[in-house]
Amino acid sequence: MTVMLVLLVTVPLAMTLLSLVLPRRVTAGATVVAGIASFGFAVALVPVAEHGTVHAVGYLRADALSVVFVLATAFLYATTSIYSVGYFGEQARETRRAGGGAERQFRRYSMRFYVGFNAFAWSMLCAPLVNGLALLWVAIEITTVVSALLVALDRTDQATEAAWKYVLIASSGLGIALLATIMLYYAGARVLGDSYDLAFDPLLAVAKHLPTVPVQLAFGLAVIGFGTKVGLFPVHTWLPDAHAEAPTPISILLSGALLGTSFYAIIRYYQIAVGTLGPAFPRTILAVFGVLSLLLAALYLFGQRNIKRMLAYSSVEHMGILAIAMSFGAPLALAGLLLHVLGHATAKSTAFMGAGIFVHKYATKELGKMRGALNALPWSAPLFLIAVFALCALPPFGIFRSEFMIVFGGIQSAHGVIAAALVVLVTLAFFGLTLTTTRVLSEPAETAIPRGEPSVWMVIPMVLGLGALLMIGVHPPAELTALLQQGAAELAGSVR
Amino acid sequence: MLHQAIANAPTVFEGTANTIAVIVLLLEFGMLRAALLRAQVQLYAVQSLAVSVLAVVVAAGRGIPELYVLAGLSFVLKAVIVPIVVLRLLRDARADIAGSGALGVASEVVLSIVVAAFGFFAFGALGITSKALPTTSLSLSAAVILVSFMLMILRRDVVSQAIGFFSLENGISMASLVVAAGMPLILEVAFLFDLLVAVVVFGVLMRVHHGQSNSLSTVHLDRLRG
Repeated sequence: MTVMLVLLVTVPLAMTLLSLVLPRRVTAGATVVAGIASFGFAVALVPVAEHGTVHAVGYLRADALSVVFVLATAFLYATTSIYSVGYFGEQARETRRAGGGAERQFRRYSMRFYVGFNAFAWSMLCAPLVNGLALLWVAIEITTVVSALLVALDRTDQATEAAWKYVLIASSGLGIALLATIMLYYAGARVLGDSYDLAFDPLLAVAKHLPTVPVQLAFGLAVIGFGTKVGLFPVHTWLPDAHAEAPTPISILLSGALLGTSFYAIIRYYQIAVGTLGPAFPRTILAVFGVLSLLLAALYLFGQRNIKRMLAYSSVEHMGILAIAMSFGAPLALAGLLLHVLGHATAKSTAFMGAGIFVHKYATKELGKMRGALNALPWSAPLFLIAVFALCALPPFGIFRSEFMIVFGGIQSAHGVIAAALVVLVTLAFFGLTLTTTRVLSEPAETAIPRGEPSVWMVIPMVLGLGALLMIGVHPPAELTALLQQGAAELAGSVR
Repeated sequence: MLHQAIANAPTVFEGTANTIAVIVLLLEFGMLRAALLRAQVQLYAVQSLAVSVLAVVVAAGRGIPELYVLAGLSFVLKAVIVPIVVLRLLRDARADIAGSGALGVASEVVLSIVVAAFGFFAFGALGITSKALPTTSLSLSAAVILVSFMLMILRRDVVSQAIGFFSLENGISMASLVVAAGMPLILEVAFLFDLLVAVVVFGVLMRVHHGQSNSLSTVHLDRLRG
């Protein structure tokens, strides 16, 4: 099984390099193959990871927790690569017809996109699979720099502004996270000796004996630092800009995969902090950040007129839910957290894919101008609405199941007040997200809009996403349930 | 009395280390008020040099040979390559970044002194001690880190903000000399390599920004809100 681990971190890297040399259409096709293959490798890891930890070549390590995050990222890598075929299809045909300079320019643009896209997916797959907190930081910093360039790809004024804000804020956040890494190194050096490599298992094994003040400091700094990338309030400010201005395939990966991957880093610090400090301190910090993020996002969802910004604030909401779920600490809530990672990835990616089709069709990001979409886009508009309802935790989709588990776990672990706040705020977000969208999309259009989907390649991944979401909501496969339970047990500290 | 004072006096090693750390902090304050693009980058280069020298001091004083390699690498990368890359990418930009401060220079410096003092005493009170360097150096690096944030917040031009991030990394390097001097070289090299990638990306985005707006100012970067 170590082969799968190695393949997961080498195939996307190889694809990144190939994107530099292959012709445009071959690159697009090969990226789809690489994406689907990566998802296959991730699925192959599931049966192994539910029984224990896999190591490979010294620097790679996978347990149930990391496999959950790898699954989410690899799934989006596959579906988004399919979506990208359709996303650029029309532009490719037009520039080919125009020929000359336009075609050359588009080829260069497409090359940059695919190099960045594959590198971005590679760095996000590496982050949960590297063994050690130092390498984890390195991987997450790489996700930042690669995705910042991708946000700026369209070269509009807004895209440049968003990219600058993103790279500056996220890098500063990661600077704080680096300080956290070093403080934890200091704490570990008291027990493990002056020179060690921050590998995860030894650190967790001695967590009980680490000095408390440096670990408190490291955990606080890690939540703020990596929290910047997760999009926790009040360090979320780059998020709506970057999500709205990036090309849609990148928005999908940013929202569905990157935020979760960054949250994975917080989970690792949480495990060590609980070992050293006991549960009270880390859980309180996470509860505060979680509730505030959820509150802010729920309020911003009302009256949001830009469709991609709206989905971005919904991401802040869901990251807040993850933080709250972790603060509950009950095994049921933790299993719900891991399911929520998968549910959010599939639902949010589907919603963003739909939004990308609307933006393409109506040539605007203004939600108010997308009247009549249900009529004009017979497939993607209904699929988008279903995804939005799924994001609001309506049954029978995966997020309903995961949020139910989280709330129930919260009540079980005597966090009734926070669980109640969670329910109220999620309901508030439900209205914010659905009221405008359903009304606008179903209203008749003022001017007649030709009926038809821009590309079938953009609809297929939406169907795949909703299918997966339905599956984990109605009847998750036994293997997946076992994986989530194992992950929750690791997170609760009952597996060593 | 005198005997006791002599016993408590810092050793030459500690004195040298703390002096270098103070120089790093003063250079950070220099960046707060630098008026020219080139001056800003040069201040950063000198600060990186100071941090590299501190690494050499620790390597010699505490017998950690790996730190010589780290010092050499960080000198080449941060004092030579990064400044050259930044200046090359912005060779057609106007040299002047004066007046990009959100406040007057005096208020900026006073505010930053308050923040630096807070960082200095707060970290001093944590009781984190190390064999490699005196705790004062850690407190000073906390001050450097906070002032670098002030630099990013108070100056409204892309060069100062980027240099603010790079010098934040210098502050963290200094802190890691105090609390993580024994960190394996491979990890340190990974961090440095990462910084290099970040520098290139910052440089590219600065260039894109300059190409688009024909200025280094970030004042008009306020279209995206809500």
